[in-house]
Amino acid sequence: MDLRFGDSEPTDEERAAVDALLGPPESSWEGAARDGTDAADLRWARGGREARDRRDLLLPGLHALNDRIGWISEGALDYLCRRLTVPPAQAYGVATFYAMFSVRPRPATVLHVCTDLACTAAGATDLSTDVEARLGPESGVRVERGPCLGLCERAPAALVIRAGDSARPACEGGTVQAVRGSGGAAPGDGKERRGRDTPRATAVCAPATPDAAVRAATAPENAPAEPAPALAVPQAGDPALTLLERVGTADPTSLDDYRAHGGYTALRRAFALGPAGVIREVTDAGLVGRGGAAFPTGRKWQATAAQPDHPHYLVCNADESEPGTFKDRVLMEGDPYALVEAMTIAAYATGAHKGYLYLRGEYPRALTRLTHAIAQARNRGLLGDDVLGQGYAFDIEIRRGAGAYICGEETALFNSIEGYRGEPRSKPPFPVEKGLFGKPTVENNVETLVNVLPILTMGAPAYAAIGTAASTGPKLYCVSGSVDRPGVYELPFGATLGELLTLAQVRAGLRAVLLGGAAGGFVRPDELDIPLTFEGTRQAGTTLGSGVVMAFDDTVPLPRLLLRIAEFFRDESCGQCVPCRVGTVRQEEALRRIADRTGAAAAGDIDLLREVGRAMRDASICGLGQTAWNAVESAIDRLGAYE
Amino acid sequence: MTAIPLGVPRRLVEFTLDGQDARVPEGSTILEACRAAGKDVPTLCEGDTLTPKNACRVCVVEVEGARTLAPACSRRAEPGMVVRTDTERARHSRKVVLELLASSVDLSTTPSVARWIKEYEAKPDRFGPDAARVDEEPRVDNDLYVRDYGKCILCYKCVDACGDQWQNTFAISVSGRGFDARISVEQDAPLTDSACVYCGNCIEVCPTGALSFKSEFDMRAAGTWDEARQSETTTVCAYCGVGCNLTLHVQDNEIVKVTSPHDNPVTHGNLCIKGRFGYQHVQNRD
Repeated sequence: MDLRFGDSEPTDEERAAVDALLGPPESSWEGAARDGTDAADLRWARGGREARDRRDLLLPGLHALNDRIGWISEGALDYLCRRLTVPPAQAYGVATFYAMFSVRPRPATVLHVCTDLACTAAGATDLSTDVEARLGPESGVRVERGPCLGLCERAPAALVIRAGDSARPACEGGTVQAVRGSGGAAPGDGKERRGRDTPRATAVCAPATPDAAVRAATAPENAPAEPAPALAVPQAGDPALTLLERVGTADPTSLDDYRAHGGYTALRRAFALGPAGVIREVTDAGLVGRGGAAFPTGRKWQATAAQPDHPHYLVCNADESEPGTFKDRVLMEGDPYALVEAMTIAAYATGAHKGYLYLRGEYPRALTRLTHAIAQARNRGLLGDDVLGQGYAFDIEIRRGAGAYICGEETALFNSIEGYRGEPRSKPPFPVEKGLFGKPTVENNVETLVNVLPILTMGAPAYAAIGTAASTGPKLYCVSGSVDRPGVYELPFGATLGELLTLAQVRAGLRAVLLGGAAGGFVRPDELDIPLTFEGTRQAGTTLGSGVVMAFDDTVPLPRLLLRIAEFFRDESCGQCVPCRVGTVRQEEALRRIADRTGAAAAGDIDLLREVGRAMRDASICGLGQTAWNAVESAIDRLGAYE
Repeated sequence: MTAIPLGVPRRLVEFTLDGQDARVPEGSTILEACRAAGKDVPTLCEGDTLTPKNACRVCVVEVEGARTLAPACSRRAEPGMVVRTDTERARHSRKVVLELLASSVDLSTTPSVARWIKEYEAKPDRFGPDAARVDEEPRVDNDLYVRDYGKCILCYKCVDACGDQWQNTFAISVSGRGFDARISVEQDAPLTDSACVYCGNCIEVCPTGALSFKSEFDMRAAGTWDEARQSETTTVCAYCGVGCNLTLHVQDNEIVKVTSPHDNPVTHGNLCIKGRFGYQHVQNRD
């Protein structure tokens, strides 16, 4: 590669942000000052494999700049590209792919207001208008309306991100902790200018009132602490819980407490069984993926473990961005060590020594908790070169997403980690054969992995006895919308939709239930006897998806809801293939046209929607385009949305 | 005649194509099998010198047992596969994809597309007069070639040709997302401020005329572009000793553009700035 860079220079602060991640540059060839005295510069070369190997630091580099400055300037991007030997055009393509980055100047503080299904139903539109009016243009805060923040149980939700120096103590939801070292001045030294003297801070505000959102946006470091994760689990403390048993009972910041509550017994059992034994247990338990595709986990592990090509990678998909889904967040915030342990077991079984935890960028508390948990586990020899003294090496790296629903698609996620645009790859080849960095990779979502712990502690037969014959084990459901007790529920497979909604105290006047999120489908209030199993929902012509159950009462205008779903998919389409890139636009246009129409006036556009929807389902590259029409179709067919 | 490298002998894969037995060398795509069998499967983003990106989805076919349709251009034939190329389902997707494309960009300079639109009875107008289009002014920022986003179908071929598949200049990439995604250089700057080396290999692979010679663009604007009056002559580039083949497109005794034969085993259709654009001296008769 013969790269050409422009003549724009980074500011000192931008340079510092990149150097904090990559270390100081070694040569003027990669951006160090050119003072003419360093003769070594004349004999310096780096390229080829070494350069390619650092490509995956592009996304962390963009985060470093965005975290510190609030946006990514031309000089900053050029400098990062010099450091990583990445063509600037490609880096620009990556930076403009993610919603959380900006390549145009913007204020250091951004308030993201969720305008997705649950939040809109809870008044997010008024909230954002109100907050914008109160803050005004002088406040230095930009209000951005955006997709689901994964806080549906506390709708409406807002997230404040203030760029600043992360070397200084920063506050995450009221908990003060140093993010990295102590390179800057002490806090509270009187300097309150934005940017370099302001510590980076994030604050989650949910349920958000205009008052609370304005206060959080102006002083995120003083925002009140988020409610404990256990408050998102209405059943917390119930001894019958399996996956959620420690949420609210064990301290999520204490490894000792985790072990006192049964932590790391599953890993010990795994070492006793050996890799093949673990895979046999998982297969016998009948575990299938909980991310929505319901693929048998044991088969996936076996296929990866058997690949002759090395190294193998483990990827945990924690990019839960499906509107209405927040179970992975609650698990990670409330029981982070469980995920660390489960990833260790999965890696051991499949022969991986490196695990990536791809965490969605909008989850600051999950990031804090898992960073802490991984560091603790490493200190105690539960990660690292010699896990539990068993001679097995495994470590976990957290990769932060930057606002792209598509990156939850497994191959798009690989591209994102590798430093490319988060566009899905076409399959075959499948990830078990060629996944991350082109190597055999097993990818599981958070809930799937956490299920491995009870499988190993209780044994496959006992686990398989839970649920139904075809859908075994416990399942998490994210219940939100028109219910009095929204949150994450754990029920054995086979409970009916009605039972779940009764638990969550559904309000009177139920009009529709969205199953499986925006990519799922609506069902009617008279279909509440649908058993919540993969086979039961399939038989009923719908899907369990990722376990989303959103209830809407008759005050919610259905056409508006459908329009929002269409908007979501149009916004989140990566743009790679035609059926999805243009189809999602045409779908939204048709729904706008018929927003207030019914019957014959809407019939033409509904036919059009059906035709486009069918082609999107048949011909799109990945699941996003293939499912973008599901919810709208189900609303037309099952709910008679435009009759 | 061009020499064709022989390569390692490959085993044959047997599968069923539209109810008939087909035998193709291992590693062949369904599209290659279709072409060998004389079937017309429409393709837009597939290119003979590049790895198929399968982004346009107009070549989809039905593979028995698969949940979705498969892109013929990149799905490899497997033993025992049962493929149908002309089912109602595949035809429906092709029709809708053609409608989606033709309603959002200008396909007037895309070869074969008018024929397919007729064949599949696609009606791009039916999304209404307000359907979103990529209506952008052509970008004319240098004397050699023009970028017309209004014709771009985002097939990624130019990106691949500029990047690791041929030129290794990496001057262009896709930026943005969804319907707002565009092929662009860094910071979406003018070409003259970018890493572009003007090899023109992106023009060579562009299937829609979104990238074109300035000469062609100007003649089209003036209404003087007439392919029927053009003759093509393949010759050897005289600039250096590599011996790349040039195909001169001549209209009224003037070279109007230069391409290169894709089946040339050395260049595969690629040239450098001199071979592609350095022809003015030939017709400078003063």
